[in-house]
Amino acid sequence: MIYAGQSGHPGGSLSSVEILAALFLRVMRHDPANPQWPDRDRFILSKAHCVPVLYAFLAECGYLADEELLTFRRLNSRLQGHSKMNSVPGVEMSGGSLGQGLSFSTGHCLAARLDGRDYRAYCLLGDGEQDEGQVWEAAMAAAHYGLGNLTAIVDRNGVQNDGYVKDIMRQEPLADKWRAFGWDVQEIDGHDQQAVIEAIERSRGVTGKPSMVIAATIKGKGVSFMQNTAAWHGKAPNADERERALAEIGA
Amino acid sequence: MTTVAAAAATREALGPTLIKLREQGLDIAVVDGDLGISTTARLFGDKFPERFFTLGPAEQNMIGIAAGLAAAGKIAFASTFAVFMPGRCYDQLRVSVSQPNLNVKLFASHGGITTGEDGISAQAIEDLGLMCSLLNFHIVVPADVVEAASAIEVAAQTPGPFYIRAGRPKIPVIYEPDHEFELGKADLVRPGHDLTIIATGIMVSQALAAAETLAALGIDARVLNLSTWRPLDTVAIEAAARETGAIVTAEEHLVHTGLGALVAQHLAGVAPVPMGFVGMRSYAESGKWDELVEKYGLSPADIVREAQAVIARKR
Ligand SMILES: Cc1ncc(C[n+]2csc(CCOP(=O)(O)OP(=O)(O)O)c2C)c(N)n1
Repeated sequence: MIYAGQSGHPGGSLSSVEILAALFLRVMRHDPANPQWPDRDRFILSKAHCVPVLYAFLAECGYLADEELLTFRRLNSRLQGHSKMNSVPGVEMSGGSLGQGLSFSTGHCLAARLDGRDYRAYCLLGDGEQDEGQVWEAAMAAAHYGLGNLTAIVDRNGVQNDGYVKDIMRQEPLADKWRAFGWDVQEIDGHDQQAVIEAIERSRGVTGKPSMVIAATIKGKGVSFMQNTAAWHGKAPNADERERALAEIGA
Repeated sequence: MTTVAAAAATREALGPTLIKLREQGLDIAVVDGDLGISTTARLFGDKFPERFFTLGPAEQNMIGIAAGLAAAGKIAFASTFAVFMPGRCYDQLRVSVSQPNLNVKLFASHGGITTGEDGISAQAIEDLGLMCSLLNFHIVVPADVVEAASAIEVAAQTPGPFYIRAGRPKIPVIYEPDHEFELGKADLVRPGHDLTIIATGIMVSQALAAAETLAALGIDARVLNLSTWRPLDTVAIEAAARETGAIVTAEEHLVHTGLGALVAQHLAGVAPVPMGFVGMRSYAESGKWDELVEKYGLSPADIVREAQAVIARKR
């Protein structure tokens, strides 16, 4: 997809694969035949630059045809470079400006409560994204309103746009910060598929407060030359790199 | 007919109107940025606490939550001061509200310099320019409390995002209590043939006062209340240019990104006539609102002077 469009963000898409797999293939209540179903769970991609991984799972679930994936980022395509709501079924929010998804998810969760509906919102954030102050405004608000119907997941791949998170803006102790904000916090290996499923499942049972799953991951996971480097944050592979990458991930 | 107070603040329309709309069954939810007492949104919160979300002074989050509520089907109202919304949450308004065209209604109080004593940080003279740069928003600047209440009702019943700009001070009530705001329609508040004063917000009552003075000088001024900035009533503006041959705009906002710019841009293409601009050209300062209006060129006398100047340029 990113190769075809010769543009996009592979690193943070690859690090989130198990998280989206857990949500779209196991945990979430959704119906590709009825994307506007009022009781569907909402997946909110706050780090909207990683929309390739979302389109891939939307195709996997049947919201999109596989062939359409190859139109990503090209003229006249529905598959915009950052997630855009109302353009593709299954895309719940317009993003591209970091830091906005947790607030949007909070709005959904407050509405669910008002309407007496039992759907949940699952919000995926990047670790670099947490530098945005709005994330912490939302963290306070979701805890203040005791939103047990909200699960946030941080894809903690340790790399952001220009380098390592630890060098750009220290976040430690991250789990303690979320706990101090009033959240239930779990820390897991984000590439252990079973652990991801279990943590998200467990978050569904938390009541009276929102849930955070901090998933330790590797940026560019599965492709040796993309792993753990900012160089592959937002760059498309050439033909040779594409072949090597597909061979390594066994696609 | 109920009588309305001779003067009232446009912000006073918010709480009571939201309560009325909820009582009529509209699915309203309100988010508030710790200024609900001033904006009067609090009144709604006292009545419907489960639909009123205090978020503290955290405007970026407030707009994101409003967008989420709207995406889930609510008519989401957000209110705070006009300096903070759009100022503090411009990007959230752009990406989370304007681009997905969500049903979020912004009620920004304390617009303009008439906010007064708090000084320049609190005086919004750029807010409407920012909002005009955001597509999809309907933009309304009511001229009095009656029009403000009616505009809130129309906003709640019209799909899509709105920006309604209200003010702090008690200003003259110009409309009868049963007046109905019509979205996208400039209201002819005084007929006239020699020039048209296109006014908005508090400047409508200033323009009416100016028109009295002009009449005494033998100049017959038409006054249009242009409360809807978007969609712009191009028909009324064009007719004013063709029929009266001269235009003065009057606004409590920077003229170069405000109503003057909007009207001039439209007329330049279809019916260019001599134009004058009454509005802000600099930051103001602390002071009583009526003193500020005098000092910063928003008084009826300023409109009269501008009107005489454009009449002199009329051929
Ligand atoms: C408000 C805002 N500022 C800057 C950017 C540019 N930007 C895009 S991605 C990114 C880094 C994000 O890092 P992280 O959240 O860790 O994402 P991941 O590593 O999962 O891709 C930046 C700074 C943006 N999209 N939005």
